[in-house]
Amino acid sequence: MATRSAERVITGDEAVRAALRRKAGRNIPELIIRWILLACSLISILTTVGIVGVLVFESAAFFSEVPLGDFLLDTQWTPLFADKRFGIWPLVVGTLMTSTIAIAVALPLGLLSAIYLSEYASPRLRSTIKPILEVLAGIPTVVYGFFALLFVTPLLERVIPNLATFNAISPGIVMGIMILPMVASLSEDALHAVPVGLRYGAFALGGTKFEVSTRIVVPAALSGIAASFILAISRAVGETMIVAIAAGQRPVLTFDPREPIQTMTAYIVQVSLGDVPAGSLAYRTIFAVAMLLFLMTLVLNIASYFIVRRFREVYE
Amino acid sequence: MSLRDAAFESMLQRRQLRGMIFEAIAFLAILIGLLTLALLFYDIITSGVERLSWDFLTSFPSRRASRAGILSALAGSVFLVSLMSIFAFPIGIGAAIYLEEYAPRGWLTDLIQVNIANLAGVPSIIYGLLGLGIFARLAEPITGGRTLLAGALTMALLVMPVVIIAAREAIRSVPSEIRLAALGLGATRWQMIRGHVLPYALPGILTGTILAISRALGETAPLITLGALTYVPFVPDGLRSQFTVLPIQIFNWVTRPQEAFHTNAAAAIIVLLAILLSMNALAIYLRYRFEKRLMK
Repeated sequence: MATRSAERVITGDEAVRAALRRKAGRNIPELIIRWILLACSLISILTTVGIVGVLVFESAAFFSEVPLGDFLLDTQWTPLFADKRFGIWPLVVGTLMTSTIAIAVALPLGLLSAIYLSEYASPRLRSTIKPILEVLAGIPTVVYGFFALLFVTPLLERVIPNLATFNAISPGIVMGIMILPMVASLSEDALHAVPVGLRYGAFALGGTKFEVSTRIVVPAALSGIAASFILAISRAVGETMIVAIAAGQRPVLTFDPREPIQTMTAYIVQVSLGDVPAGSLAYRTIFAVAMLLFLMTLVLNIASYFIVRRFREVYE
Repeated sequence: MSLRDAAFESMLQRRQLRGMIFEAIAFLAILIGLLTLALLFYDIITSGVERLSWDFLTSFPSRRASRAGILSALAGSVFLVSLMSIFAFPIGIGAAIYLEEYAPRGWLTDLIQVNIANLAGVPSIIYGLLGLGIFARLAEPITGGRTLLAGALTMALLVMPVVIIAAREAIRSVPSEIRLAALGLGATRWQMIRGHVLPYALPGILTGTILAISRALGETAPLITLGALTYVPFVPDGLRSQFTVLPIQIFNWVTRPQEAFHTNAAAAIIVLLAILLSMNALAIYLRYRFEKRLMK
């Protein structure tokens, strides 16, 4: 009897130990997997470090040759000519002009579409239109460039006198259509997240649908809508192919949208297509321009991220 | 005292009229978006469809518009996107799993999240400069310069935020009962993820990867900055081969003055859109099935 129970204790002990060993065996791979997965998510940080590193490194080389004052104060941009001038303003104004036109198209149309989809449309209509808008958002920008240059510009030439073949209006409008789905979809999400009780309360007080939508729901969703607007501006500023194709390659300081201009992104494309040797000053200009572009979009993206975060805390 | 108040009634009518006008305007706004889409398709199909032929798909680019084709661009696009997928999807999905299933609350997790949100908004052309600086120049001994491999790595970084965000959403939508059940039966965390969470989240993750692929197929700017060539009369024959892609070929043809090349561009756009639309349809179908399964 005694020996038996001792045996049993020993075998039991053995089983537990074996189980623990197996568990430890399972845990080392577990730990390795955890580290691998962490490494995967750290690659995103490395990407940012890489972007900032490359931009800072090449821009520093650029600014060691061109004073920052010239870059920010001169009004002429001619780094590819014999008489080199490095004033960034023509590119910045070109970028702001196309972006402003795009935003003037996308914000009102996008917000109105969002209100219609969220407050007026039947569920069936909504589930039909949303995928179509997604198609609009998924069309490559080079296709929009084709459309701007070969369809919209000839159309506008009939309406607007003295419109140049390359101009800021046509790519601006097409860019607006391109970012419209983004504004519509993000704003619609924000409107949709407004608690339905707010609407019922307003209806009970006798508001019409229009009044409830525009005076109760839209103000309640304002931070989400604002975030979508900011993201749209950021997209417009960084958009490349439409303006590279249809806006021209003339970096001249002008506020006339009928004339050819050049945006910051289009300049980078122009230099990349040309045969500029790596390490030359002209090559480094694209990094300086990209640095400014990166900073502009970074500020906009961070602003919208924090607005969205605040907005989420309110309703969840 | 009358039950009907004339002043109120006329005001109510005016308010309702205002509402109807607003509804009409809002509907018009949607119509403008849809109409532009229709116009765009109409314009591209009418200008390009005559040029579509088997020869167009199987010829190399040429100086003569009538003999030029998109074979090298099409092959370049397919190779680039396949290679990109090998890099982007395991890493992106891995990052999503970490953030959803492992990450402790803390500054590092916060940093990673803010960072991914920001990366999603960085203009694509900036990724091109990243690729140029790191993959094409710094890592030239490995990548061979402005090659297919450098392009695929650049594109992988570009679509990574899209993959991570979509995969996270899919993983988050897995009910926590499934996790608890697996853990309760003695599974380790990874066994639970591999055996239960991932299979459940798979359709959602797939939708995200398809969207990432279609994003990559349409990107032009980063590859131009990276230095992909515009004239490539051969199919890429290896990782370190020079290459071009469909959007770059389209860009090249659009920017030429001759109308015959514009026709070529339109025809190439039809091919590109056909590929993208079928991928979109697949993504929508997958999402539909996914939603149906979740409702059960």
